[in-house]
Amino acid sequence: MERKELTCIGCPMGCQITVEFDREKEEVYSVSGNSCAIGDKYARNEVLHPERTVTSTVVVDGGDKPRLSVKTAGNIPKNMIMDCMKAIDAVRVNAPVKIGDVIIENVCGTGVNVVATRNIH
Amino acid sequence: MIPYDIVIIGGGPAGLAAAVSARKNGIDKILILERDRELGGILNQCIHNGFGLHTFKEELTGPEYAQRFIDQVLEMGIEYKLNTMVMDISPERVVTAMSREDGMYQIQAGAVILAMGCRERPRGALNIPGYRPAGIFSAGTAQRLVNIEGYMPGREVVILGSGDIGLIMARRMTLEGAKVKVVAELMPYSGGLKRNIVQCLDDFNIPLKLSHTVVDIEGKEHITAVTIAQVDSHNKPIPGTEERYTCDTLLLSCGLIPENELSNKAGIRMNPVTNGPVVTESLETNIPGIFACGNVLHVHDLVDYVSEEAGRAGAAAARYVQAKGIIEHSDEVVKLIATDGVRYTVPVTIDLKNMADLQTVHFRVGNVYKNCYVSVYYNDKRMTHTRKKIMAPGEMEKIILQKKNLLKEEDLKTITIKIEAE
Amino acid sequence: MYDVIIIGAGVTGSAIARELSRYDANVCVLEKCEDVCEGTSKANSAIIHAGFDAEEGSLMAKMNVRGNEMMDQLAEDLDIPFKRIGAMVVCVQKDTLDGLQTLYERGVANGVKGMRILSKEEAMAMEPNLSDNVEGALYAPSSGIVCPFILNIAMAENAADNGVEFRFNTKVEQITKDDAGIWHLRTNNGEYKARYVVNAAGVYADVFHNMVSDKKIHITPRRGDYCLLDKEAGNHVSHTIFTLPTKLGKGVLVTPTVHGNLIVGPTAVDVNDREGTNTTAAGIADLITKANQQVKDLPMRKVITSFAGLRAHEDHHEFIIQEVEDAPHFIDVAGIESPGLTSCPAIGEMVGEMLREKMSLTPKDNWIAKRKGILNPQTLTMEERNALIQKEPAYGNIICRCESISEGEILDAIHRTLGARSLDGVKRRTRAGMGRCQAGFCSPRVMEILHRELGIPLEEVTKSGGRSTIVMERTKGANGGEA
Repeated sequence: MERKELTCIGCPMGCQITVEFDREKEEVYSVSGNSCAIGDKYARNEVLHPERTVTSTVVVDGGDKPRLSVKTAGNIPKNMIMDCMKAIDAVRVNAPVKIGDVIIENVCGTGVNVVATRNIH
Repeated sequence: MIPYDIVIIGGGPAGLAAAVSARKNGIDKILILERDRELGGILNQCIHNGFGLHTFKEELTGPEYAQRFIDQVLEMGIEYKLNTMVMDISPERVVTAMSREDGMYQIQAGAVILAMGCRERPRGALNIPGYRPAGIFSAGTAQRLVNIEGYMPGREVVILGSGDIGLIMARRMTLEGAKVKVVAELMPYSGGLKRNIVQCLDDFNIPLKLSHTVVDIEGKEHITAVTIAQVDSHNKPIPGTEERYTCDTLLLSCGLIPENELSNKAGIRMNPVTNGPVVTESLETNIPGIFACGNVLHVHDLVDYVSEEAGRAGAAAARYVQAKGIIEHSDEVVKLIATDGVRYTVPVTIDLKNMADLQTVHFRVGNVYKNCYVSVYYNDKRMTHTRKKIMAPGEMEKIILQKKNLLKEEDLKTITIKIEAE
Repeated sequence: MYDVIIIGAGVTGSAIARELSRYDANVCVLEKCEDVCEGTSKANSAIIHAGFDAEEGSLMAKMNVRGNEMMDQLAEDLDIPFKRIGAMVVCVQKDTLDGLQTLYERGVANGVKGMRILSKEEAMAMEPNLSDNVEGALYAPSSGIVCPFILNIAMAENAADNGVEFRFNTKVEQITKDDAGIWHLRTNNGEYKARYVVNAAGVYADVFHNMVSDKKIHITPRRGDYCLLDKEAGNHVSHTIFTLPTKLGKGVLVTPTVHGNLIVGPTAVDVNDREGTNTTAAGIADLITKANQQVKDLPMRKVITSFAGLRAHEDHHEFIIQEVEDAPHFIDVAGIESPGLTSCPAIGEMVGEMLREKMSLTPKDNWIAKRKGILNPQTLTMEERNALIQKEPAYGNIICRCESISEGEILDAIHRTLGARSLDGVKRRTRAGMGRCQAGFCSPRVMEILHRELGIPLEEVTKSGGRSTIVMERTKGANGGEA
């Protein structure tokens, strides 16, 4: 059994969480120190399958701004961050764009879309 | 002179939330004055996520969070003017503004809400020795260049200061292909949120050197290197600990300063600890009818708290306008005292007559405290004693006071908030 | 071929250029930097000294007092911010009180007018924030403060308007004389020829002198660190406050600036590097200690920037303004350290006169004596300002919020004679970026304006010319989205 101290990134509270888990068996035995269910979920994921949301920008043509901010609509595996950035960097979109518009579907096969986080006119 | 019930200076998160709240509280003629080319303020360049968990119960990016409020402002038909710089506010609440389109003009405001936000401490104020070449940016300026304009300042980066914008930019620059070599922090603790250390530095193996500062900047035209040294308990560099890092960019994230030039012109009394106005329970400054909220009042770390505070300012300004400026103040004004590790409180006074049933008091501690207690004293009597696992200067704390408890206390003059070991 | 080439576009070179522009002559100024006012002229105390400090009978004393006298007319003609606020030399040790008398007598001998010795009480009444240790003071009402950037820029602009050519980014590398007696100046931008050369190269003046003369001179760059304080501290004193001079110069001074800030400095450290304008922790600590000896409660938390400048200290601490003995038609204007800023109009006059005589120059009919500065809309009434904005909407767009500088002023700075080409060029002409946020807010906006108005890519916009570019490249690759 392993024991790991984590700082929760679920929200800005940054709870100090202790997780007891077995990496081989992919099993979490206990989570303590969290203040909410997000912390519990974060801790369980973080020790076995860490995930992050990626935010960046893409080039936009014909709009009132040169860059469109985007995010992964959900978390993707942490080890996919740089691949995801490559995919984002390769995109060029045309204005107009609305918040929530899908910019990349199923980015890098993660099952998560990259979506716009700004309105561009 | 054009009359408005409420004029809001700044169309960032504080100004937007104040406007929405004032409208919900029945005020018709509201005007937001914004100096940038769009509403939303600094949130527009904060493209990272983590906003809105308290306000909207979901995790949003800065632009998305701003848009939620912008949409409300638009739906409510609240007036706003962009590219407009407020040049002056008089104690009589005459607001002088200027823009290309409208020239210079004056507005008579029934109430004014200050929501100008804050700015970053520049290199000059830090007295970092060395040359003054190109390639040194406050983190927020770099953030604007990268996220809004789409330009990279450089490829090899050193960051001084572990404020949240610096941490966020460490990740951002890394994702855009730069090498962030080190983050140096003068204090023995980080000035930013813990979650940002984890996901902006640890995730990318960027070292954070606490109790370190920049002691030399090289490069006559463009920055070529910096030297970092460890500091002692008086923040003085320790000889022999110097390490040189070649770099083409130095980002500074060494604190935020509320932007109170206009408040000073209006003669508003300031709190030297927060660099923001001294305010009452209604977030009213010493000048009747002028209210303050958000980072111009005191620097927040969460925009959710800015929106909440601004909502209260909007409501209080609405009450002021509706009472035609005649708000009865009682003799029962309680003074809040910040001491023993508590650096300040917002507000600094509470009028028992005017206070709401629940009064939020924000404060910050001056050091890292582990397993300590936040104690609240009514006069000399300890009323609450709450254990905290950890408190740090980078994270704003709050307590909530109940009106009914305050009223029960006989001859209540002061409420003291302090940190106690046990 | 030029009649005269001036090396250096600092205050000295520019003052000489302006004087020569009165005459029918082809004059060219060669400057290694991208703008005027890039060396010693941009980093100094900005004081127009009264003239009690320089040794009696010296050229320094003569130039100082004459330069001081000329400043009112010059400021009026060229629209330069200048205020005669007066100076006090304070004595903080009773046993050195007679030093004030010595200074007073030297000042009288030098021709300084209106000086008085003040008792402690008189001094404290005039300047309540003087240190409690002050035992007495010398008061010199003719001392003043000026904007050194505008002084330099205005003289150069006026010279250019009168036909003097300025070649920037042009570094003189070698000077030779041909058999016909013509000077050949090899530069990174080709060769320039002239009948006369004026060496106004500041800390490099010895380098050029020694290229043409066997009688070598030696100039030491003497670094001085300064701290500039917020305008909130600008009223801490209302006169320029010196302490009694020491061997290393005038000690530090504390003075309001003509724009309402407070400046503290300089230290005096001899260095080897002629570009060594780096501040040091020790230097800043030293100047704070020294300043606190003369002025109390200095609000050093209000520092908005610190910087260092280099004085061109000649070994004999005297101005060298003469034709080089073994190099006819080569005029040295060397060793121009403090009070060089004060002296520059007098030096211009002296060198102008020297060359007029030597070259038999004749005055132009159409010489323009006056130059109009960049309009400061803050001096206008609201009605006037609105009329201006209606005509020129850019004046309604504030770019630098700390100093309230509008786009209109920045456009003027870029498009006028010898216009700004960099952030620092805009800053020194308009003050955009000189306020308490030190350009954090306005720099992306000024970059955008420079990019648009000069038609250069954003990646080529610089802080101060050369390699001082600000952004490196676009995110997402050169074209973006095509990685």
